[in-house]
Amino acid sequence: MSAAQRELPVRLFRERFGIDENALDAALGVALEKQLDYADLFFESSARETLLIEDGLVRVSERHSGQGVGVRAICGERQGYAHTDEISAPSLRLAAQEARAIAEAGGQRKLPARSQSPARPSLYPTATAPTDEPLDAKIALLNEVDRYARARDPRIRQVVARLSCEQRLLMMAASDGGWAADTRPLVRLDCQVIAEAPGGRREMAFQGMGGRFELGGLLDAQKWRPMVDEAVRVALLNLEAAPCPAGTMSVVLAPGFPGILLHEAVGHGLEGDFNRKGSSAFAGRIGERVAAPGVTVVDDGTLPGRRGSLNVDDEGTPTRRTVLIEDGVLTGYLQDRLNARLMGQRPTGNGRRESYAHLPLPRMTNTFMLAGPDAPEDIIRSVQRGLYAAFFSGGQVDITNGKFVFHCIEAYRIEDGRIGQPVRGATLIGNGPDVLRRVSRIGCDLALDAGLGTCGKEGQSVPVGVGLPTLRVDELTVGGAAL
Amino acid sequence: MSGLALARRALERAAERGAASADAVLVQSETHEVCVRGEQTDSVQRARQRCLGLRVFVACQGGLQQACASTSDLSEASVLQLAEGAVAAARASAPDPLAGLPGANYARELPDLALCETADRGMTAGQRIEMARQAERAARGADPRIVNSEGSSLRSRFGHFHYANTDGFAGSYQSAFHALDSRPIAAENGAQQTDFWRSVARRSDELQAPEEVGRRAAQRALARLGARRISTCRAPVIFDPLCARSLLANLAAALSGDAVCRQSSFLAGKLGETIACDALHITDDGRRAGGLGSRPFDGEGLPTRQTRLVQGGRLQSFLLDSYSARKLGLQSTGNALRGPSAGPEVAPTNLWIEPGTGDLEDLVRGTERGLLVTGLFGQGFNPVSGDFSRGASGHWIEGGERSHPVEEITVAGNLGEMLCAVDAVGGDLLWLGPIAAPSLRVASLAVAGA
Repeated sequence: MSAAQRELPVRLFRERFGIDENALDAALGVALEKQLDYADLFFESSARETLLIEDGLVRVSERHSGQGVGVRAICGERQGYAHTDEISAPSLRLAAQEARAIAEAGGQRKLPARSQSPARPSLYPTATAPTDEPLDAKIALLNEVDRYARARDPRIRQVVARLSCEQRLLMMAASDGGWAADTRPLVRLDCQVIAEAPGGRREMAFQGMGGRFELGGLLDAQKWRPMVDEAVRVALLNLEAAPCPAGTMSVVLAPGFPGILLHEAVGHGLEGDFNRKGSSAFAGRIGERVAAPGVTVVDDGTLPGRRGSLNVDDEGTPTRRTVLIEDGVLTGYLQDRLNARLMGQRPTGNGRRESYAHLPLPRMTNTFMLAGPDAPEDIIRSVQRGLYAAFFSGGQVDITNGKFVFHCIEAYRIEDGRIGQPVRGATLIGNGPDVLRRVSRIGCDLALDAGLGTCGKEGQSVPVGVGLPTLRVDELTVGGAAL
Repeated sequence: MSGLALARRALERAAERGAASADAVLVQSETHEVCVRGEQTDSVQRARQRCLGLRVFVACQGGLQQACASTSDLSEASVLQLAEGAVAAARASAPDPLAGLPGANYARELPDLALCETADRGMTAGQRIEMARQAERAARGADPRIVNSEGSSLRSRFGHFHYANTDGFAGSYQSAFHALDSRPIAAENGAQQTDFWRSVARRSDELQAPEEVGRRAAQRALARLGARRISTCRAPVIFDPLCARSLLANLAAALSGDAVCRQSSFLAGKLGETIACDALHITDDGRRAGGLGSRPFDGEGLPTRQTRLVQGGRLQSFLLDSYSARKLGLQSTGNALRGPSAGPEVAPTNLWIEPGTGDLEDLVRGTERGLLVTGLFGQGFNPVSGDFSRGASGHWIEGGERSHPVEEITVAGNLGEMLCAVDAVGGDLLWLGPIAAPSLRVASLAVAGA
């Protein structure tokens, strides 16, 4: 954590809400009047702004500023949590009393001296918060995107472009003396286009880009034009697409965003909570082969400027690179503090929460597969009949039985080793523990997604990154309307 | 200061800063949630939240400019800042000739829709834990093959919604919501399966007995044991009420006036046309007593009402707020949903498919060979084209009986064609949220498997 990333929130909470070191100690002290294993405080002050252009008009201009604090008390496996949007000494005391009610016995634990993790340069240094940049520049960007997309082709009937900016200031303090603060910018530009064929058939496509950087990183036309070009190209392509064939076949996944296959198929199953509770299909399998040789999957929260990156997680643990699967063998889980402690492991910097209004959970940051030896053209050429899945709209997994599903926005038949007819409505379904065993070719072209992913778990949404090289997976079930 | 007084203060500040008109929303809520897993209390959570939202319109050549702003800081200085920020943002946006408050026809009387029970506020964390524990015990004890669980939880939310606008409408209402959930895990021969059951009500005494919730959850998880894939085929598909409800939620996205205006609904331009089989009738009603989607007025102050959307398969109406209604040359149906941090958006209130006759078992008996879907997952629905392709699990039916559980399959088609191919509507309408449906059978769908 760089000094500046820390200083901003610390000053804000002290000057605006009167939360200094004494206030932190006092609140933790109230919690520790009961016999607890751990207690922590999470302060947040955030601003969010969304602008949306539709029918050529900026129809939505929304801005939200919010603040709040959550107090957590942990006793064994039990967690008490209370949060309030009023940051003041009395409301903090009340929340601490409510949270500690999880424990029965009285306690008298003293607070150790406060410590913070060693400073490292911020992964997302910004001079100006994206939410503080002038509205004119943002609106001009949306107008340009709208005009540009419509000018690409007369069949483009609708353009909905959205610019989302966020700035979160966070401060965390824990009963073990842990202390951290972070300033997190987040920007995203996305664009949905609808194309209409002369016969009246309509299709849509979607693209997005963003990350933790300044607004300026999105304003450059050299950057957003290719994104809009892609959305337009895919919408027009889908006008020509045939219903997707259904059945079991080899699937080649394009590099980049199709990495959500990893996220859904194995990532969630490796989160500490599901494994502690024994509900994951991967529980108790560390050291076992779970993927084909050559498959290495990592979660890395330390990539500069990435959407899923964090200087520290939402429990103040510095993020790191965690190898989940190494050359096909399961090597690790993603941990927050609670689950790490209960499983006798170390936190991996994956304790994340949507906001102060939520309990932390083990979550992914940027999850991807490392590159392999094969040229992407050779991988496609190796498939006689199958599906090439180029872009997805989203996916879901059932942790317990490992079944996952995800949906293609752009997909093609592969015939005789060549990419052929575009198809629409393709859904891939499979089993997490099986799918990585069926990987038969790994491309040399690892790419991370453009910064548009959001992951949902237990009702909490957090920004994430995914990545993949071109990948061939055999015997996947492809759902479609054509038999 | 009372909620409405705060909302009015925000309107005054907006007017002082130059807004031609405005509306304000204040939402206060208190949430309690407990989760029990096994014999242990897993978590106890309590939250208090409030948020003030302001939407302002500024007069300009060619229409009104609009912006929304919201804050959870209700201090005088913050409200002033909110109004200033909203007016400045509106001035930077483009004028829209269709933007504005509804202007007339605001709700006159605010009926009591039985949306909360005062006594429920007195429930303690201990009482909540006890209910969750009873559900958890019933689930865990239902069968030796129930070996684990994700836990059983009870969540109660008490909300107070206040709305005021510069046309002079002001109204408030309180509502509550209780949800009891159980999610056990069944295991056999090294494979594990989970499923859930839930009861949801405005009053805690209307919840299903906790033991019943746990038992149903366990039955559903056990029923999935031994599931296998089936061969790719075309077959009649029965959707149980939970899955039929999920189809209706997909359809609701296409019935939304917002989507129709944006050309992103496959139903755009089909008003008055036949879009479903003649046994399908779909209703939205914001005034069902105790309904989980009920409210006395919508997010723009307009009265909620009953709207027949589909009658005998014919599309009679879309779901509309005042903006989409203006754009389509229609009248609002009182379906503006309003949270504090955004402008109104179109959403159903209580939306359901009218029940037919018989229940799920009758539909199964009446199906010689086909698929019963009891679980749908993934978001594989495209409202623009109507294309539908989702992951599914359930049971294969042979000779009118469940022959074995199935999983890792997809069902696919086009929702428009599926609605026309519905050949049976059950009488077993099930309310587990604001959207509800009875069992449905679609004559033929593509099923992808092995």
